[in-house]
Amino acid sequence: MMRQNFYTAFFAAGITLILTCLMVGVKLTSEGTELRVVGATAAQWTWIFGGIAIVFLSQLFRDQISAASAGIPRPNLGKLLPAVSVQARLKPWLIAAVIVGLIVWPFMVSRGAVDLATLTLIYVMLGLGLNIVVGLAGLLDLGYVAFYAIGAYTYALLSSYFGLSFWVCLPISALLAATFGFVLGFPVLRLRGDYLAIVTLGFGEIIRILLNNWTGLTGGPNGISGIDKPTLFGLEFNRRASDGATTFHEFMGIDYSSSYKVIFLYLIAVLLVIWVLFVINRLMRMPIGRAWEALREDEIACRSLGLNRTVIKLSAFTFGASTAGFAGCFFAARQGFISPESFVFIESAIILAIVVLGGMGSQFGVILAAIVMTILPEFAREFSEYRMLLFGLLMVLMMRWRPQGLLPSKRPHMELKR
Amino acid sequence: MSEASLYFLQQLINGLTIGSTYALIAIGYTMVYGIIGMINFAHGEIYMIGSYISFIVIAGLLGMGMVALPVILVIALVIAVFTASTYGWAVERVAYRPLRGSNRLIPLISAIGMSIFLQNYVVLAQGSRDVALAPQISGSWTFGDPQLFEVSLSYMQLLIWVVTVVCMTALTLFISRSRMGRACRACSEDQGMTNLLGIDTNRTIAMTFVIGAALAAVAGLLLGLYYGVVNPFVGFIAGLKAFTAAVLGGIGSIPGAMLGGLILGVTEALTSAYFPSEYKDVVSFGLLILILLFRPSGLLGKPEVEKV
Repeated sequence: MMRQNFYTAFFAAGITLILTCLMVGVKLTSEGTELRVVGATAAQWTWIFGGIAIVFLSQLFRDQISAASAGIPRPNLGKLLPAVSVQARLKPWLIAAVIVGLIVWPFMVSRGAVDLATLTLIYVMLGLGLNIVVGLAGLLDLGYVAFYAIGAYTYALLSSYFGLSFWVCLPISALLAATFGFVLGFPVLRLRGDYLAIVTLGFGEIIRILLNNWTGLTGGPNGISGIDKPTLFGLEFNRRASDGATTFHEFMGIDYSSSYKVIFLYLIAVLLVIWVLFVINRLMRMPIGRAWEALREDEIACRSLGLNRTVIKLSAFTFGASTAGFAGCFFAARQGFISPESFVFIESAIILAIVVLGGMGSQFGVILAAIVMTILPEFAREFSEYRMLLFGLLMVLMMRWRPQGLLPSKRPHMELKR
Repeated sequence: MSEASLYFLQQLINGLTIGSTYALIAIGYTMVYGIIGMINFAHGEIYMIGSYISFIVIAGLLGMGMVALPVILVIALVIAVFTASTYGWAVERVAYRPLRGSNRLIPLISAIGMSIFLQNYVVLAQGSRDVALAPQISGSWTFGDPQLFEVSLSYMQLLIWVVTVVCMTALTLFISRSRMGRACRACSEDQGMTNLLGIDTNRTIAMTFVIGAALAAVAGLLLGLYYGVVNPFVGFIAGLKAFTAAVLGGIGSIPGAMLGGLILGVTEALTSAYFPSEYKDVVSFGLLILILLFRPSGLLGKPEVEKV
């Protein structure tokens, strides 16, 4: 046994050496027009051989390691939650407490924290929207950011060309994104899952390229700046009011502070998230929501029960897209500046990672994951260059060890014993 | 010949050149899809790594004072193919094999993670800036009317064509004649049955990843020499294009991937010749959507039967 492990370990170490020696061990540098190869520093070689040693040892003692890790008691997150009956009784109180907490909280912390919280809420919205498509309906959408971009550009363009306000544009953005989702989904949803992934990915790229090159309308790579901020029943949050408008601080008779605007944006985000959560929760309990999940579990069974799969998939896709449009509209209003840079593929991947990390289909999990994914990089600033590397690694490791996510959705269910 | 037709001929030559490299990359997608039915999202990154490794080897050998270009290219090819194949194998072993038999979405998400990981690994190891290599193979044949338009076929383009044809022929022979190729075809028919007949399916699947990665590395070397630059982000878009080519030809079918690659390359060259070149990606993804609409099984693919 030990001998077998020794061979495996030797082999794994050799593979690691091949993988790293040319990629990490040497570096290409340009000197004028000439390309030169520079050997790695001693520190890098230490890293390489350190890595090889770790691979070697972990393979050599893998029986012992797996035995030891089996001995570690696993925390059962499900047990932390109280019983179902208690949950049902506590639920309204809990929701009320959370909402009150969310509203009171920004007045007690710094401006930066509120701003970060607003960003987190945008990702919560996006995660919840994609969760309908990926988590509930089981359709892998890799171009989700395209609908986000459509929402953002809708508001930016309508506000700069026609002067429409944020509150008017919000439903328009959602509707337009939904329309795009509908038009794209209609032909594509007849296809099998993985084709859908690539087509949506291609669609995301098409939208980005169009935004980048249609300079006359979208400003191309320079984007659109000076987008109006939302107003509260016509009250502006600027220091000085524009023509014919009143500012919030003048109306209230208080001194101007820039943090009002930040808090106001945060409160809008809270409102939008609550609205999205409410709608999705209702939808999930409707026949259409049940059909989404049923379709994810077994498509053939659904069809034989007479469910129209195109309609079901299309509705999920459209609802997901409209949520992204919502989030995009708010994003444009918050930033005041948008460019195609904000809508690249990696953004789609981050949103997907939020859904996957949270546990597909679980709304609470998605919210938690969105918070983790936006707050964690703030704390790990010094590792920022490793951020995407770790992010990719995390996705692979999650799929290997916990494909159901951090907090998988639980439904009361029974299983037939075979 | 008129000027317009000469111009067209030039675009055709350029298109076939790019198209043959797409075909080389597309083989990796189509073989993996054919055998385990998953999209190997990280395949484009393997191509990018192949390009980097060949640049490193070429620059290193030139730096050592080696002058014989054919020898340098052959050494670069061998090392790039070897290293990229190891990457292909390792990716399969680490990210896909443990997930076999789970829900379809799970390996796909793992593949996306792997793709992000590899891309950023190269960014960290080699920097995110473009790396440029001076042209190694120069010179070309020109023909046509010098007064109207001269069509040029560079030696580099010719090399790409020759290498692609050689690789494709070798692969076709390998798949149809060799024992491993037979095992590979059997695996894509019915994995359980193949296993029962005493063929190591895990090994066969690993081998398809290795072959795909090797061909991607060949494409990496060729395209690297052709364009003269490489950066860590070339893999994403090239992978997407190659996947489009594979779907175009019918995913799972090897001749389909070759055909799809050529069609896509020519379409792109023609689009960028007659329209603003920024829109060539829009046209190729639009083509993908159209193909999936009207012929979901691709040009040479066979329609898939769903079984309960």
